Amino acid sequence: MDIKKETIASLHDKLVNKEVTAEELATDGLKQIKANEKKLNTFITVNDKAPEAAKAIDEKGIEGPLSGIPIAYKDNIVTEGIKTTAASKILYNFMPVYSATVLEKLQAAGAIDIGKTNLDEFAMGSSTETSYYGTSVNPWDFSRVPGGSSGGSAAAVAAGEVVAALGTDTGGSIRQPAAFNGIFGIKPTYGRVSRWGVIAFASSLDQVGVMSKRVEDSATVLSVIAGHDEHDSTSSEKEVPDYRANLSKDMSGVKIAVPKEFWHEGTHPDVLDNVNKALDAYKKMGATVEEVSLPSLKHAVEVYYILASSEASSNLQRYDGVRYGFRAKDVKNIKELFVNSRSEGFGDEVKRRIMLGTFALSAGAYDAYFKKAAEVRTIFIKEMTNVLKDYDLIMGPSTTTPAFKIGEKVDDPLAMYMNDILTIPANLAGLPAASVPAGLADGLPIGLQIIGRPFDEQAVFNAAYALQEENKFYEKIPTALKGED
Amino acid sequence: MISKDEILHVAALANLKFQDDEVDSFVNQLDKIVNMESKLSSVDTTGIKPTYNMGDTNTVFREDKGVHTQTREQMLENVPEVDNNLIKVPTIVDKEDDE
Repeated sequence: MDIKKETIASLHDKLVNKEVTAEELATDGLKQIKANEKKLNTFITVNDKAPEAAKAIDEKGIEGPLSGIPIAYKDNIVTEGIKTTAASKILYNFMPVYSATVLEKLQAAGAIDIGKTNLDEFAMGSSTETSYYGTSVNPWDFSRVPGGSSGGSAAAVAAGEVVAALGTDTGGSIRQPAAFNGIFGIKPTYGRVSRWGVIAFASSLDQVGVMSKRVEDSATVLSVIAGHDEHDSTSSEKEVPDYRANLSKDMSGVKIAVPKEFWHEGTHPDVLDNVNKALDAYKKMGATVEEVSLPSLKHAVEVYYILASSEASSNLQRYDGVRYGFRAKDVKNIKELFVNSRSEGFGDEVKRRIMLGTFALSAGAYDAYFKKAAEVRTIFIKEMTNVLKDYDLIMGPSTTTPAFKIGEKVDDPLAMYMNDILTIPANLAGLPAASVPAGLADGLPIGLQIIGRPFDEQAVFNAAYALQEENKFYEKIPTALKGED
Repeated sequence: MISKDEILHVAALANLKFQDDEVDSFVNQLDKIVNMESKLSSVDTTGIKPTYNMGDTNTVFREDKGVHTQTREQMLENVPEVDNNLIKVPTIVDKEDDE
């Protein structure tokens, strides 16, 4: 079966009509993943027990929409009994003894965990090149990155290995790879989804989200994973709507704000061209599109890299070689055990972030960096909130360029950080945001970013759905995979 | 400009060490990044409260009741060295002087 042409709903129908069993879906899925692995490297660990779990679902009978549907998980989401590495050497042998809430919720809905996807180490990066397990590649062009940090999840969906995958997004890690792979990806409002069992990077920014070819599939999955969790006190008690059932492509009267600062001087003309076409399509559908200003956007990267690195330096203190993960050998004392385990276990990018964060939090730098960044964050949140008082949605490009070449930016951290300028705003303000395919430029996908009001994921889904139904991008087959099927 | 000494001080705070041949390129990269971050000093934040966390900041209460989740055996499953059902670590006090 060609998963690229399927949706959660079409697979569900086939399962209900007994055209296929859940066990067959899982077995075929694993086969497909293994066949692609040498080229794409999208997974760190596949779950060979998936067919067994699927068989149990077959025996119980297919129930809800996700019953028997294989789903992939970014490998920073802990899964009981399945190795979870966060793409780091420091967790190369880590076997969780409990599962993340998002996994438990999906399993309760009958979904099958097919495996764990590649990412940048501890989700720190925009290309998967910082993974200890090697870079994933882009199914549209094997010489290019799939983006990151949820690059494995994005490439797995684009290549038809799964219909949907979970990712996490701290500064754009769902939306940027979604854009680079020509798929849909949504980062919900901060607090919409429990972070219990998600390996922490920056706790005031991290959020779990969904990636799929079709908007409606992410809508189905998000309704299942969202909601309050007593294990995560930042998870919201707000009711979770049925996003899928409420999907509407009616854009008449919807007010769209386009921040002029999103038309960043460094943004590739092909990106702007495709985004402008998408905005024209919305106008034709009856939406109004107006220019606004977010004057503090120019400081977003600075604020983000100070806050995210500071939170990371604190969160990553726990990796010390004592209770789990990599432990350095031949050490004289416990201090050396800490230092050597961390220095040998973390990759360069993770060390860089820990150093940046430790610096920003250190005596003498705290006020000028950490506190200052937290204050500018307040100003920035106010600017975003003010725009969303008058407008339903904020739109712009998801990325400044299409997927870049493997190796192109890996030695220039600052250039890599600037990639995130368009996606960071939604994380700093905790807003729901998605990337939806807007078109192709020279064979590479371009994403439109849609940012909504807090807890109004529905408006984001609806706008994305309207564009999807207009351009039917999901019918396109990733260029580099053509002729291989 | 960040000095090599400052970088080594921060590394010590973070329980990290760098090989001699790595330090210079690290100093150079971090200096560029910190320089970029320093642009924030131009923003007037007089009277602005910092945002340190997101979501509802209301204190969440629960009943003061212990809940058993993992067993001792499970908690020890990932420990690199276990001795007698305890986590084994190297000596806390530096042995170097005795050797």
